[in-house]
Amino acid sequence: MAEKVLVKGNEAIAEAAIMAGCRYFFGYPITPQTEISAYMAKRMPKIGGVFLQAESEVSAANMVYGAAGAGARVMTSSSSPGISLKAEALSYMAGADLPCVVINIVRAGPGLGGIQPSQCDYFQATKGHGHGDYRVIVLAPSSVHEIVDMTADAFDMADIYRMPVMILGDGMLGQMMEPVVFEKKESGRCVPEKTWATTGTEMKREHNVINSLYIEPNVLEKIVLERYEKYAQIEATEKKYEAYKTDDAEFVLTAYGSVARICKNAVDELRAQGIKAGLIRPITLWPFPSEAYLEHTKNAKGIMSVEMSMGQMIEDVKLAVNGTIPVYFYGRTGGNIPYPNEIIDEVKKIIGGDK
Amino acid sequence: MEQVFKRPHALCDVPLHYCPGCGHGIVHRLVAEVIDELGIEGTTIGVAPVGCAVFAYNYFNCDVQEAAHGRAPAVATGIKRVHPDKVVFTYQGDGDLAAIGTAETVHAAARGENITIIFINNAIYGMTGGQMAPTTLPGQVTQTSPYGRDTKTQGHPIRVSEMLSTTSGAAYIERVTIDTVPHIRQAKKAIKKAFETQLAGKGFSLVEVVSTCPTNWGMSPVEAMNWLRENMLPYYPLGVYCDRTAE
Repeated sequence: MAEKVLVKGNEAIAEAAIMAGCRYFFGYPITPQTEISAYMAKRMPKIGGVFLQAESEVSAANMVYGAAGAGARVMTSSSSPGISLKAEALSYMAGADLPCVVINIVRAGPGLGGIQPSQCDYFQATKGHGHGDYRVIVLAPSSVHEIVDMTADAFDMADIYRMPVMILGDGMLGQMMEPVVFEKKESGRCVPEKTWATTGTEMKREHNVINSLYIEPNVLEKIVLERYEKYAQIEATEKKYEAYKTDDAEFVLTAYGSVARICKNAVDELRAQGIKAGLIRPITLWPFPSEAYLEHTKNAKGIMSVEMSMGQMIEDVKLAVNGTIPVYFYGRTGGNIPYPNEIIDEVKKIIGGDK
Repeated sequence: MEQVFKRPHALCDVPLHYCPGCGHGIVHRLVAEVIDELGIEGTTIGVAPVGCAVFAYNYFNCDVQEAAHGRAPAVATGIKRVHPDKVVFTYQGDGDLAAIGTAETVHAAARGENITIIFINNAIYGMTGGQMAPTTLPGQVTQTSPYGRDTKTQGHPIRVSEMLSTTSGAAYIERVTIDTVPHIRQAKKAIKKAFETQLAGKGFSLVEVVSTCPTNWGMSPVEAMNWLRENMLPYYPLGVYCDRTAE
């Protein structure tokens, strides 16, 4: 039985990646995720792996492209402004069906913004980054322990679906220390062999080509349609969420990542004050667990999205409840973290004062 | 009867899309001949650029990855770090390598990344229809320097081989051209030496091939070769700029 250790979120990601078989890491320093690079720089040479500090996030992400195309389990990490630069390679990897894991420890934006925690890159993670019709799987852990389990699964999903998987954390999650048990768990997933990778033909097969260029519209359309069939399969099977005290909830909060933990405190306190509150916490942000919202708001008079942003996930929440109940918003931005009492006050304001 | 000339095995048996008189066809063949002669087709992984040579993945028989514009040295680095025992080369034009990919190129050289770059310098962006490149000569007319490149406002051409040879990580850098048979033979020797440098684990190697673009220069293939000789070679002198292979 592995022992319990106290570890920072960023370091937990790095160690979990190594346990998942990641032996190649290409990074570039940026606060608040630099501990991932520092950990990899220390560990990789000891286990026969590669840590390389690139000249830019653009270059690091394109090194990931090369290594992924060469058949390796490979990862890079960054924070908001750096993810904007990695967006190019994310699009190319999606277009060339390459598996990789990208960590985004979000900080406040736009521009240089600030280095404090934020969720202002939900749009970027779930709808955006690079150009083109494509998706990446986006996972949102809310504790250091969850990061560990999720990282291993992220590599398996990347390999199975041949696509980038993003773990979307925030500065709070990356920097906080929590007790963790590092145990190698079998996911039970069947990871296929990478027969498509550029490993050298050895004159035994046709040459493999890693590519996203298709000049003929009908050819490109067919390839995109096939990719979207894969996305549909992911939407059907990979959605994950946690419902907390929603069975009898008259008012439901929804939040992801570290904010979901703050919301749990708010739910408990609201219940102590006689208000039946609950929480829906999406664990996969893409695919977004839309069905959870109708199922867990049956008794609710309203739902409030709580975010460290000006309101981004709320758009998916509105689509999910589809007008059945009012959708409210409470958010802090700029690197500020919402406190439970702020959330409680907002809920009381909405439902009409103390009960 | 003995066959004395044939398509190299490392070159796929498909029609190339290049314009008549373009230098890419010659250089593709030289690279493929070298791969054949060294017997490394099965252990070589190429990286294609964005530019006229974007379809190089259809032309080389070895495994190939298509990179984003300018990122070929980064992609090659990723491949080489995973497969240090394999031969990894990129094939890039001047816009790809010396403009949008300058950082990737300089840092691959500075790291002494054990890869080989075949760099085609024809002083123009070919695929997009003839715009000014970082290597466009002073006074040269292109679509985006219609009055001739004015160095006061449009800067000076970059001499890539000279610049990269100042990095300690560079092991072999030579500038060659393809305007005459002796020059083509020299170009092949340089390409072979670059691949051998990598096989010996000596570090970064690059061969700059001064080439032509008859279509976008608005010349016949013969005129283009003459223009290359009279205008490009004085600015881009041929020769070995860095050779640390004996070290």
